[in-house]
Amino acid sequence: MDWTEIKNLQSVLLKDVPLLSFDKLREQLINSVKSGKRLVQFFGNEEKNEVILYVVLADDQQSKLYLTSAKFKSEKTFDSLTREIPSARLFEREIYEQFGIKPEGHPWLKPVRRGIAGINSQEPQYEFFKMGGDEIHEVGVGPIHAGIIEPGHFRFSCYGENIHYLEIELGFQHRGVEKLFLQKKNNPVYLEKLAESICGDSVIGHASSFNSAIESLGEISIPRRAKLIRAIALELERIAVHLGDLSALAGDVAYLTGNAVFGALRTKVINTTMAICGNRFGRGLLSAGGVNYDISPELRDNILSTISRLDDEVSLAAEVYFSSASVLERFEKTGIVDFETALEIGMVGPAARASGVAIDVRSDHPFGAYDFFPVHKLTLKSGDVFARAYIRFIEIQQSIRIINEQLNNLTEGGLKKNFSSLKPNRLVVSMTEGWRGEIVHVVITGAKGEIKKVKIKDPSFHNWLALAIAVRENGISDFPLCNKSFNLSYCGFDL
Amino acid sequence: MFDLLKLRKQHGYQSIPDIRNVRLMETHKGYPLIDESKWKKEYSGLKDVCPTNAIEFDPFSIDMGKCIFCGECERVFPGVVKFTNEHKVGCTTRNNLVITGSTFEEFRETAIESERKIHKLFGHSLKLRQVSAAGCNGCEMELNACSNVNFDMGRFGINFVASPRHADGIVISGPISKNMAPALMDAYNSVSTPKIVIAVGACAISGGLFAESAELDRTFFNEIKVDLFIPGCPPHPLTFINALLDFLGRK
Repeated sequence: MDWTEIKNLQSVLLKDVPLLSFDKLREQLINSVKSGKRLVQFFGNEEKNEVILYVVLADDQQSKLYLTSAKFKSEKTFDSLTREIPSARLFEREIYEQFGIKPEGHPWLKPVRRGIAGINSQEPQYEFFKMGGDEIHEVGVGPIHAGIIEPGHFRFSCYGENIHYLEIELGFQHRGVEKLFLQKKNNPVYLEKLAESICGDSVIGHASSFNSAIESLGEISIPRRAKLIRAIALELERIAVHLGDLSALAGDVAYLTGNAVFGALRTKVINTTMAICGNRFGRGLLSAGGVNYDISPELRDNILSTISRLDDEVSLAAEVYFSSASVLERFEKTGIVDFETALEIGMVGPAARASGVAIDVRSDHPFGAYDFFPVHKLTLKSGDVFARAYIRFIEIQQSIRIINEQLNNLTEGGLKKNFSSLKPNRLVVSMTEGWRGEIVHVVITGAKGEIKKVKIKDPSFHNWLALAIAVRENGISDFPLCNKSFNLSYCGFDL
Repeated sequence: MFDLLKLRKQHGYQSIPDIRNVRLMETHKGYPLIDESKWKKEYSGLKDVCPTNAIEFDPFSIDMGKCIFCGECERVFPGVVKFTNEHKVGCTTRNNLVITGSTFEEFRETAIESERKIHKLFGHSLKLRQVSAAGCNGCEMELNACSNVNFDMGRFGINFVASPRHADGIVISGPISKNMAPALMDAYNSVSTPKIVIAVGACAISGGLFAESAELDRTFFNEIKVDLFIPGCPPHPLTFINALLDFLGRK
């Protein structure tokens, strides 16, 4: 068997990970993706004088993951996979950027993250894609944008008011997160907090992914009550961001009622998270081994009544919002990503589901409390701004139901399990469905159980290209709308 | 139409009427009280408890400029540290952010110095340009929240604007990555004088969790003086608004 079969959060001994020649790996990878498996992770890890490339594939129907690797010692090139598997394009660029191993035949080998210390920083200044033609004009936006938002650069090639092509340059936010995980590997408290700061709007998502990986490597199973509290916090995070995005989308089309109403509802949700752990974004709630804060019976009743009111309030607000002509006129048929494209470029999360791609880690590769509370996958078809907005609304309703169910089954029990050390020479793939989509942390331990590698993939990694595709042949004035309908993370991408 | 009216009724009046005196819920972690008499010898090996090295032993102190208010020290040193729900923790000098054992009232007496000049210039209208320099979106979301219907900072004549040319000052969040350092300096230089600089969150004030990263360039602060520090991870909107109002000499 050339691939090790694992499950989400099932750790595997490094010596059990097959080591193939790259050509063999390449051939099998292409066949697997053709037969419907999905490329989840493809990254390098430097050990002594060699680089090992790891590949993680997902079979979403069977809830299985497949793992294999290839070794690079002196050879500095491999045959690019991107033409056969478009979703490999960024992974390959990242491998080139970090280790100098060149994917030969890659259609566009530009830096993943702008000018960071790596191979590409020695290359001449990167030139943006240029369109020919007298009538083409370019619009450059960023790194600093108009609102209070993270930095990144957008380069539009326009014909009149229409966008022909958008190139997105990221990397401005690069803080060296993956390196910091190794630099401070002996301070577990620090690592927990760092995981919470990978991306400030997905605190619970990333913390849950990282801590679950650590627990799997420590071979402990956390108390049921802790699993439930984690899932409740994750769903609260999902509701809060979705409400915030519905509010901001309303703002972008000058629909002030929606802007105000959804904004105020979001405040109630993040204040609920604050009532649990003291922070509006759930910082400090999760810890390796469980959770730091309990939900008391009074608080439980409070949350139950808050979300039951919220259910009615959101329904009425959405009814008005999605029947307003001025909203629909701007949302419908704007920024379309069709099903085939979404599948091909490896989109994840609600944005993918809005284009009809039925993937959701909570039901495909269940983790934590979702093992015993299955989640039904919600999809829409049209792939436009409307679909990406409407899916927020139905996911909010779904999350309310999930929280309700979980709070009503919040059995007594401990909050946290202690453990001493991580098992040596292991690798674990930890996937979580954050509000933005699939968050993947791969953690590898060394001979003494020390952390040797933390590889992080935020859902934005795949979805930025979807935004660039969505805006093509749309008016440039619709860009903010398209952008907000994805609401992608800059720092989650830049790390 | 009826649904819209129903929605307006449901929405009601969401603004916090008295921003200056509203209290946050008990769980909020704000100003830390320190009681050194509860200190035990066996604690002295536990310096790693603080993920951002905000704690100094002997005498015990917490640097709110580094603190991410995670509460780990409160759990490990019971009684020594107690985070209160006092959210007005903004300061005009960096040294005042280091808390040794003063009560909240003592801290507040010297925390924010408001100058007549600032009041005269910006007291009734202050436009700010926000620059996120590798901020994780936590501080950014809270700064956005300052202008939402609940906090409605615009009622005090304080707004965020799109262009630094329209601004009276800049608000910095994030630890300042190498790639954002030049853009931040450009934005600062584009604001006409007199101008103010506000550092928001542990990352901007001290580098926070990222202080030891090799990917930062914090030389901006060697040249430019910060007028107002807003600690937190991220700071609550009420922390930001109240600190600004104090700084502007508003009642």
